[in-house]
Amino acid sequence: MAVASGLSGWLHRVTDSDVWWSFKSSPMTVAAAVATLLIVAVAFLSPVLAPHTPFDPASLNLSDGLKPPVLVSPDGEWAFPLGTDDQGRDVLSSIMYGTRLSLVVSLAAVAVAMVLGISLGLISGYFGGAVDAVIMRVADVQLTFPAILVALLIDGVVRGIISVKRHDEIAIFVVVGAIGLSFWVSYARTVRGSVMVERNKEYVQAARVIGLSPLLIMVRHVLPNVTGPVLVIATLNLGLAVITEATLSFLGVGLPSTEPSLGTLIRLGNEVLQSGDWWITVFPGATLAALVLAVNLLGDWLRDALNPKLR
Amino acid sequence: MLAFILRRILQSIAVLVAVGLVSFSLFRYVGDPINAMVGQDTTMEEREQLREKLGLNDAAPIQFLRFIGNAARGNFGLSYRTSEPVGRLILERVPATLELSFCAAVFVLFVGVPMGVYTGLYPRHWSSRLLQAVSLIGISLPTFLIGILLILVFAVMLHWLPSFGRGETVRIGWWTTNFLTWSGLKALILPAITLGLFQLTLIMRLVRSEMLEVMRTDYIKFARARGLTNRAINFGHALKNTLVPVITVAGLQLGSLIAFAVVTETVFAWPGVGQLFIQSVQFSDIPVMAAYLLLIGLFFVLINLIVDLLYFAVDPRLRSQGGSARVAGH
Amino acid sequence: MKGYKMRLNFRHSLALTAVVCAGLSAATAAEAKTFKWANSGDVSSMDPYARQETFLLTFTQNIYDPLIRRDKDLKLEPALATKWGQTDPTTWFFDIRPGVKFHDGTPFTADDVVFSLNRANGPGSNMGSNFVSVKEIKKVGDQRVEVTTKYPDPLLADKWAAIVMMSKAWAEKNNAVNSADMTKNEENFATRNAMGTGPFMLKERRAGEKTILVNNPNWWDKPTHNLTEVIFTPVANPATRIAALKAGDIDMTYEVPPADTESLKKEANVKVLEGPETRVVFLGFDQERPELLESNIKGKNPFKDKKVREAIHRSIDVEAIKRTVMRGQSFPTDLMVAPGINGYTKELDKRPALLKPEEARKMIIDAGYPEGFETGMDCPNDRYVNDEKICQAVVAMLAKIGVKVNLRAQTRNLYFAKILRKADLSPGETSFYMLGWSPAQTYDVHNVFESLIQTPNKATKKGQFNAGGYSNPALDKLADAMEQETDKAKRDAMIKDATKLYVDDFAYVPLHQQAVVWAARKNIDLVQLADNTFPLRFVTVK
Repeated sequence: MAVASGLSGWLHRVTDSDVWWSFKSSPMTVAAAVATLLIVAVAFLSPVLAPHTPFDPASLNLSDGLKPPVLVSPDGEWAFPLGTDDQGRDVLSSIMYGTRLSLVVSLAAVAVAMVLGISLGLISGYFGGAVDAVIMRVADVQLTFPAILVALLIDGVVRGIISVKRHDEIAIFVVVGAIGLSFWVSYARTVRGSVMVERNKEYVQAARVIGLSPLLIMVRHVLPNVTGPVLVIATLNLGLAVITEATLSFLGVGLPSTEPSLGTLIRLGNEVLQSGDWWITVFPGATLAALVLAVNLLGDWLRDALNPKLR
Repeated sequence: MLAFILRRILQSIAVLVAVGLVSFSLFRYVGDPINAMVGQDTTMEEREQLREKLGLNDAAPIQFLRFIGNAARGNFGLSYRTSEPVGRLILERVPATLELSFCAAVFVLFVGVPMGVYTGLYPRHWSSRLLQAVSLIGISLPTFLIGILLILVFAVMLHWLPSFGRGETVRIGWWTTNFLTWSGLKALILPAITLGLFQLTLIMRLVRSEMLEVMRTDYIKFARARGLTNRAINFGHALKNTLVPVITVAGLQLGSLIAFAVVTETVFAWPGVGQLFIQSVQFSDIPVMAAYLLLIGLFFVLINLIVDLLYFAVDPRLRSQGGSARVAGH
Repeated sequence: MKGYKMRLNFRHSLALTAVVCAGLSAATAAEAKTFKWANSGDVSSMDPYARQETFLLTFTQNIYDPLIRRDKDLKLEPALATKWGQTDPTTWFFDIRPGVKFHDGTPFTADDVVFSLNRANGPGSNMGSNFVSVKEIKKVGDQRVEVTTKYPDPLLADKWAAIVMMSKAWAEKNNAVNSADMTKNEENFATRNAMGTGPFMLKERRAGEKTILVNNPNWWDKPTHNLTEVIFTPVANPATRIAALKAGDIDMTYEVPPADTESLKKEANVKVLEGPETRVVFLGFDQERPELLESNIKGKNPFKDKKVREAIHRSIDVEAIKRTVMRGQSFPTDLMVAPGINGYTKELDKRPALLKPEEARKMIIDAGYPEGFETGMDCPNDRYVNDEKICQAVVAMLAKIGVKVNLRAQTRNLYFAKILRKADLSPGETSFYMLGWSPAQTYDVHNVFESLIQTPNKATKKGQFNAGGYSNPALDKLADAMEQETDKAKRDAMIKDATKLYVDDFAYVPLHQQAVVWAARKNIDLVQLADNTFPLRFVTVK
């Protein structure tokens, strides 16, 4: 989202009317943009907007537990419009706080993966040779390790090296690092593949002949050509990052369940899917689906609009 | 070409050794298997003796060398969890995972590529937009949730398909197959869809975006000007040109299908290597984890090798220009 | 073999097993009955001595018989021994049932008994703790085995109800004289194969995938079940297990999560069985270190103060935990042993009244912590029913009385390695933790005293699992004395005194017994036992 809005600001200055026109002419994109903005805004304003503070254990009361949503059952209370879970946590507030946490984690993880993956992919594809071989074999090794194991490793090493009093404080870095590390390979491989094709094209060779530095050639000429595939992966990864985080929390190396993210809420909800307390699963699930859907639709549009070949 | 393959095989061995070494240095962070290996009343002293006997107190490199030494002789040791030979445990599970991944890959390619071509050819059509939106469901919810929802609908509510397991299998030598019985085939459907759904979205979107780009190129415009049929243009020219990135990603995704099978297999109690791996992590079953990672490493190395070879086959530019220098570069 | 099945619809499997079993048991099987059931984990081995854990023991007892078994009320009854007892305080005898045959047709003899007991006490076996008191096991005539003990051991027969009998000839022939030695890289035959005298015979074993048993038509006892084939499959994901039961793909599942109990009760074709388990889940404190590992309080340990422990004990609302977190599936208790265990003292099982948060906060302030204090808490997330959620609820309850708890919930292998005491019995790394315990070996409270409550002592090996290092010399003395006391009245009085000591000290915070919840299709009749064992001999399919 930050990427999307940052990029669209940049777009206004560079290519304004064209892009704006394509944006306005697609009602689905407008709807996706509105939904994304809404979810992001509500999530980041959760300390102001949320009726409860679900991350503060002192505010929880088991006697408030398992209340149904107010509109579907007379047992519901207006204090908990979407009901509560078995810890007495307000589902609405949990979703707001959880979404914020999930957004921060996914954005950070995708950023880590993109920076790492694109740089390594460019270097690998452009220089080829031994550099390429080393980077790609490292990528092979990386792919062998599921995110779960990477997370366990980072978690263990971090705890071994730094003596941290509270595990919670490092949990978020562990998750971001683990997801980022397990995603970079797709960027690197994709970028490398395109660069290998691109670098033999006349315009790149021409640039080389007139003595431009390799770094400049890559950033100026090669990078724009890989924006399309990279954006496809990045938008997909944003949603996947939230989902991976849920899977990690399932294995005890995710974010602590005392401060649940959206993914953790869904993982917890999965356990009570057949219990009849549907609100614990359905609302976080719907929020995640809406968020991922909106971001991806926006990404689709952005990719088509950004691609010079399509204009 | 031969030099290239030899080189890659040598590199692959280096990769596998690296995988092994990294695995062993991280195993001690996964947990202590001893407490799960003994009953509640076993004294601390007895637990420590067992730990010592198993060599768990040795440094990671020593444990690694011991493992490699045995593995080179085809001996992966005994599982801490089941006391059975690791090699056989894994071999018994490989067919289940490969058949599941294969079905998922078929599903992804035969549904995802046509969907991508269609939405790429008619980007403004309402049905393309609908397909695109629907395909996003695959990446909007965690796999475990999608799997359970499919089970609830197709097994519990409709009673059409089994809720878990492989159904009846037929044994051919050491291989067990789902493909020869009706119940085995039925059992494959839900897990294959669950496993493939995410990759389906990715492949479809990738093909679409590549098609969109290719369709705007002069090359296609010329083809149109020459009066070629739409069919020839779309499939003969356009699709062929989208293949390089698609092959890269598809190859990668096939590999990650096997790695991703971990979650799907857990949800569907599918007796494959992914499920075995998760059970081993929960148990800190080091011999099984090490062997699994080596196996997955082998798969990825093979897949990457094939992908690179396909590159040469598909994109003539990679062959004609700077031929031997590039080959040496790999 | 080919064409074996893991999941079949019911009619289909009836037809198939009818074919398979037609030749097997013409006498009993008027109709073939297949029973398919699931559990979260697999049986770890077919070797009955591989691990002293309930599930392995209960599973292998379908194939192997013990000398003495437990009936539906957990009382001892004759199995392969027709008679047993003590001829003097240190000598036990077991009379062997005549005419019993192993699955391979060979007769069961006193030699097999001596062999089995020695194997269970030998290398690779995890059953050794049942033999601590044993001096010698010897055959006296063809029908009698005599055991001498180093000191009077009144509980020997209770312990040995878990030890099943193997065939000496079979083990010797297949090189399985000892249990699998994990340090050798070779497979043990008994890990994957089993051959006993029990009601079922092992037909196929695929670890982690499925295990198939078939009826033993020549069993020495009159079968109370009507099964011809049993298919066991591990299904790790609870949601899948519940769905499979609803869909009829399995007939029974063990370990139903509390959240699914209510919805299953509403299913037309499913019934739910629930009862208390003998395991008590409790919280423990580090009362040993002069300063807590993870706390803002330096130079002293708040948990050493009985007033602090009392304030915490009386602020944890176990009934609220039962209502929401456990959804009614727990039995709150204030003792470290459950009813049904010998030595449970009902009149002492009274939880002191809950304190209001401000009252408890005042107790903490009066104890010298005006700002409250901070502590770490360790909790498993895959060991006990809803373990992590219980800990979370505790964190919320203590937050209200000024105790800030930093919860760390992790998988059991990391968890136990962190909190348990080391080999030299030096303390593990925890300040506040959750543990569950059941004296399932002896069904006697003494096991709880010596493992959890006595002062950790390397020489006497007591207090192995007393992770927090609670220590009360008076209690230590009583526990030692009750171990060898054979006069029941005197022993009961000692138990009562010792129980009162730890209750008054607020040594632990007992929470509850978990409920054992099983669910089965309506056409299955089975018996639910309080120790969470599941003998297939009590199952009938209608």
